[in-house]
Amino acid sequence: MKSSFWRRFRRNKGAVFGLVVLALVALVTALGPLVAQHDPWDMAGMPFAAPLAEPGMPLGTDTMGRDILSGIVAGARVSLLIGVVSTVVSLFIGVGVGAVAGYFGGWIDATLMRFTELFQAIPSFALAIVLVAIFEPSVQSIVAAIAVVSWPPVARLVRSEFLTLRQRDFVAAAQLAGQSTPRIILTQILPNAASPIVVMASLMIATAILLESSLSFLGLGDPNRMSWGYMVGSARTVLRQAWWMAVFPGVAILMTVLALNLVGEGLNDGLNARADGKGK
Amino acid sequence: MTMDAIPVPVLDVQDLDIRLPAGGDRALAVRGASLRLMAGQTLCVVGESGSGKSMIANAIMGLLPRPHVEPVAGRIVFDGQDLLQLGEDGLRTLRGRRIGMVFQEPMSALNPVMRIGEQIAEVFDAHVRLPAAEKRRRILAALADVGLPEPEVLIDSYPFRLSGGQRQRVVIACALALEPALLICDEPTTALDVTTQAQILALIRDLQRRKGTAVLFITHDFGVVAEIADQVVVMQTGQVVEAGGAAAVLARPQHAYTRKLIAAIPDGRVRAPSAERPVERVLQVQDLRKTYVTGGTLFRKGRRVEAARGLSFELRRGETLGLVGESGSGKSTVGRCIVGLSPFDGGRVLFNGRTMQSGAQFRAQSQGRIQMVFQDPYASLNPRHRVGPTIAAGPIAQGLPRAEAMARALELLQLVGLGPEAAERFPHEFSGGQRQRIGIARALAMRPALLVADEPVSALDVSVQAQVLALFAEVRERFQLAMVFITHDLRVAGEMCDHIAVMQRGEIVEYGETAKVLADPRHAYTRTLIEAQPRLSAAARPEALAA
Repeated sequence: MKSSFWRRFRRNKGAVFGLVVLALVALVTALGPLVAQHDPWDMAGMPFAAPLAEPGMPLGTDTMGRDILSGIVAGARVSLLIGVVSTVVSLFIGVGVGAVAGYFGGWIDATLMRFTELFQAIPSFALAIVLVAIFEPSVQSIVAAIAVVSWPPVARLVRSEFLTLRQRDFVAAAQLAGQSTPRIILTQILPNAASPIVVMASLMIATAILLESSLSFLGLGDPNRMSWGYMVGSARTVLRQAWWMAVFPGVAILMTVLALNLVGEGLNDGLNARADGKGK
Repeated sequence: MTMDAIPVPVLDVQDLDIRLPAGGDRALAVRGASLRLMAGQTLCVVGESGSGKSMIANAIMGLLPRPHVEPVAGRIVFDGQDLLQLGEDGLRTLRGRRIGMVFQEPMSALNPVMRIGEQIAEVFDAHVRLPAAEKRRRILAALADVGLPEPEVLIDSYPFRLSGGQRQRVVIACALALEPALLICDEPTTALDVTTQAQILALIRDLQRRKGTAVLFITHDFGVVAEIADQVVVMQTGQVVEAGGAAAVLARPQHAYTRKLIAAIPDGRVRAPSAERPVERVLQVQDLRKTYVTGGTLFRKGRRVEAARGLSFELRRGETLGLVGESGSGKSTVGRCIVGLSPFDGGRVLFNGRTMQSGAQFRAQSQGRIQMVFQDPYASLNPRHRVGPTIAAGPIAQGLPRAEAMARALELLQLVGLGPEAAERFPHEFSGGQRQRIGIARALAMRPALLVADEPVSALDVSVQAQVLALFAEVRERFQLAMVFITHDLRVAGEMCDHIAVMQRGEIVEYGETAKVLADPRHAYTRTLIEAQPRLSAAARPEALAA
């Protein structure tokens, strides 16, 4: 099973490219201090230094003389952290709500889905801004805000998977064997719903990174953490004089999000055996 | 057969090889297959699943999923040209006009958002230009031709108003609209009830006689072959192992595989009732009622379907009751009610003398001593769980220590004819028949007193079917199981059951000892069911067995 997954995943060249980019980003995050020696908040050189103008600062400096490379390396850490943690949190909420709604059906399903629609009816970015503004900006509040706005699609997906899977005979067999309901949900049904959830999670990380960047761009990021969105936001006023301040963090966002989307597509191919062309 | 006396065959397949993609279970799906079909004759291609019989039909129609599956050698000669050399445009002019095709699944063969008339009109539009009035007249004639009632009404209805059998008639009307020289039927009756199957077979035979169409009929059922075929080709793992006249092949099968297939058909032998009936009543069902209400809202009453209308029957230790009926008769609902998977609305179910509560308490009360074997071996095992833990999970849930449960699982795997190494493997590594054995082992792991088997063999090939039925009989004797055997197939019921209850629209219309019900049916519906069973002619049977 493992090898056929890899075979299908590898056939998608974009996904392999995405995986390489993600590995690079992860590597940079892990080895951050070795790549960029400067503190991202320190004035390391002359303000407005163009790329390669000063030694040790290949991507130049920003309006306050801070090293842009160091900023991008530090921002990678924040972006990935927020992306992954908020996705995990929203998966917990979404899978929980969706599983309960889909398994029990009836009025439980109706109530939970109306609750879910409540969140879907509000524009998610506006809700995230409001949430971050209420609890002052910090990594925790940003993670919470992103998680709160991004779980409804997960809940809907998991619910629809559960609705079909709970009709399967193996679930009936587990019921007849006297297995408890939580056990049936967790060990019988959830593993069979895993593939679409994994694919969706990879795309959600990308969305979360974009959301975080957008919040930081608007000045709602954690003031103690350097982030890509903040860098683009602060460079916006000098865009015509110093292109590099916005372009490099922008490219970092673009590449990471693109890579996650490509990997998500590859996961979809890999986990979906029916797309193999040789299924029944 | 003297070749020169007979004109050119309508269809001549010569040494056809069809390649499978790399990594398949064999390199060639079809190897060196040859068959030849004369005008006005019916050629049955018989084989079990995976024998490549449908591949041949798809190759003729140019429907193979190229380039993954592709004919690599041989010729298919039709109308004097090789279909394999023909481009897509050439094939398109033949499809529908010169070759018609009827598919297995009538439920999905019609477009649900198009009226019946429009779907048949498409065949005309693709090949001939007709004035609207003339087209409508010919569509009506086509509908009347296949025996559909009230063509004027049907022509403007949508497919969902039609039953499975009626839809298959529409598909046949589509296929025959332009009077093709060749009609390909790919298991056209497999998804239908026996009585409907008998009607459709009669229809195909009748149309063929009237129009002189050559029919290529693909089936796995030798009973159907006996009903309809002039010529037979038997296929095994992609190769033709036997070919000849239908009567000759059925009466004197030459190849071992053909003999095996014919011998595997349930032959209406009736299980001999045991001399004295055990006294222990395992299951008593009294006046069971169950009504489904669908599509209702707060303001509108939903449609009510009475799946069980006051059913009563009982079952003693070691005995088997057959619940027989067509789809929609409510037999599966009854099965789900007496294992506690569906709540029931009225009546009483007594298990070992105890009254069972309807709903979730039912399963707690039964403590896993009522088990079920399901119809679809592919859906009844969790694809993500290994076989051993799947079987052991039930006993563990009932409080048996893990090691003991695993030991019991291994023992049961041995009992159902799979080695202990099967415990470490995943369900997808097994065939349908093997999966059904695992399903039986899982049910037995609970040490049940009552086993409900819901169509446990209808998804299996005939030869596998016979083995699984033998296994059921064996475990029934060994554990003195009481069994409810739900099936649409009277032949299977006759072989397995002590008593038979025939169900129609939620009611038991006939209930009695198997031999009596089958030999001397009281109810008209039972008689219809018995007559509709495709069977080998009485003359062919003894010889086939002796061979």
